[in-house]
Amino acid sequence: MFIINCPYCGEREQTEFKAGGEAHIVRPKQPTELSDDEWAEYLFMRKNIKGIQFERWIHIHGCRKWFNVVRDTSNDEIKAVYKMGEKPLIK
Amino acid sequence: MKNKYSFFTLLKNAFSYHENWGKAWRDPEPKKEYEAIIIGGGGHGLATAYYLAKKHNMRNIAVVEKGWIGGGNTGRNTTIIRSNYLWDASAGLYDHALKIWEGLSQELNYNVMFSQRGVMNLAHNLQDVRDLKRRTHANRLNGIDAIYLNTDEVKKFCPIINTSPDIRYPVLGGTLQRRAGTARHDAVAWGYARGADEMGVDIIQNCEVKGIKRNGNDVEGIETTKGFIKTKKIGVVAAGHSSVIASMAGLRLPLESKPLQALVSEPVKPIIDTVVMSNAVHAYVSQSDKGELVIGAGTDDYISYSQKGSHEIVEGTLSAILELYPIFSRMRMLRQWGGYC
Repeated sequence: MFIINCPYCGEREQTEFKAGGEAHIVRPKQPTELSDDEWAEYLFMRKNIKGIQFERWIHIHGCRKWFNVVRDTSNDEIKAVYKMGEKPLIK
Repeated sequence: MKNKYSFFTLLKNAFSYHENWGKAWRDPEPKKEYEAIIIGGGGHGLATAYYLAKKHNMRNIAVVEKGWIGGGNTGRNTTIIRSNYLWDASAGLYDHALKIWEGLSQELNYNVMFSQRGVMNLAHNLQDVRDLKRRTHANRLNGIDAIYLNTDEVKKFCPIINTSPDIRYPVLGGTLQRRAGTARHDAVAWGYARGADEMGVDIIQNCEVKGIKRNGNDVEGIETTKGFIKTKKIGVVAAGHSSVIASMAGLRLPLESKPLQALVSEPVKPIIDTVVMSNAVHAYVSQSDKGELVIGAGTDDYISYSQKGSHEIVEGTLSAILELYPIFSRMRMLRQWGGYC
């Protein structure tokens, strides 16, 4: 369990949030023209990184807004939080 | 087998106070090159090596393990073995495995303590009832033993379950696979390790893989903490770390690694002689031969390699356990841990 600093509400317990998986996966512009392999790539293939991961979270029991989190998956330390559409301060 | 375990070897070694048992497997340094290398020395990795050697006659192979064998997820699971899965492909795979389990101790000459005490899955709502009945029928069509139990039959099979209709998740029924059960998780790793070693497989412990060397579409070998080892074939059997290993070769996998928690209680006298699983409330319970309750919880919804999960997952599981088994209300939990799934 850890604390997440919601960009809209401030610091709250992780139990108020729900994880949305890897961030910055761009939805294909022409879904009808994708091959099965390209669909599989978009839907299922993930970095599943051990280390710094860019991911989405939603404050499901709070403001219900989506935002991005940079978290070290090896020890669950959160490095940065930024709103949807913004660029992370760290790379 | 050079060091076969039997009543007579037990007797013979008793005369020397059991101080002269040989090592169950060697502790070799890696060779320069192998025909194939398996990354990950858990139950699955060691079984892979064992069957490659036995069924496919590949003897010049190695298992590399970053820690000690069986020290990862093999030592972190809740030891449940069953084959009552819905889909034909799953049923085929898991029942093939269950049939191997049924003769495994004899085949390996190593007691894996396989106990066919039955696995019961509970239904807590109407959809559960429909799903479990469907699964029972599907299992039977695939030749897998499965029966559906109503609430009274659940109570009869496992009397300590609270089947009162007014609890939060009432027990509406359940399925039972009698051939399912548990086994000693460590013994599985040790038994396969001993069997594979006997056939010439090198089991290299404390050898972490640091990189995979590729040459176009081929693999040339692995970089490890014990130096470079040449090979053209690699099997990745690293459970939750499979994506990490695969990324060393530039591959992505359709996987996400999430924490799955388990806990054990203090040991008590025999109280539950089967395995009861409840998917709806993520509460799985059985009793080890030592007498501890072995409790499985649910997964967290975020990726993590920290080997710890959230407190509220354990809290949710234990509140479900307490409602289903009020007799456990004064049990004390000894240990809690997380693995990946």
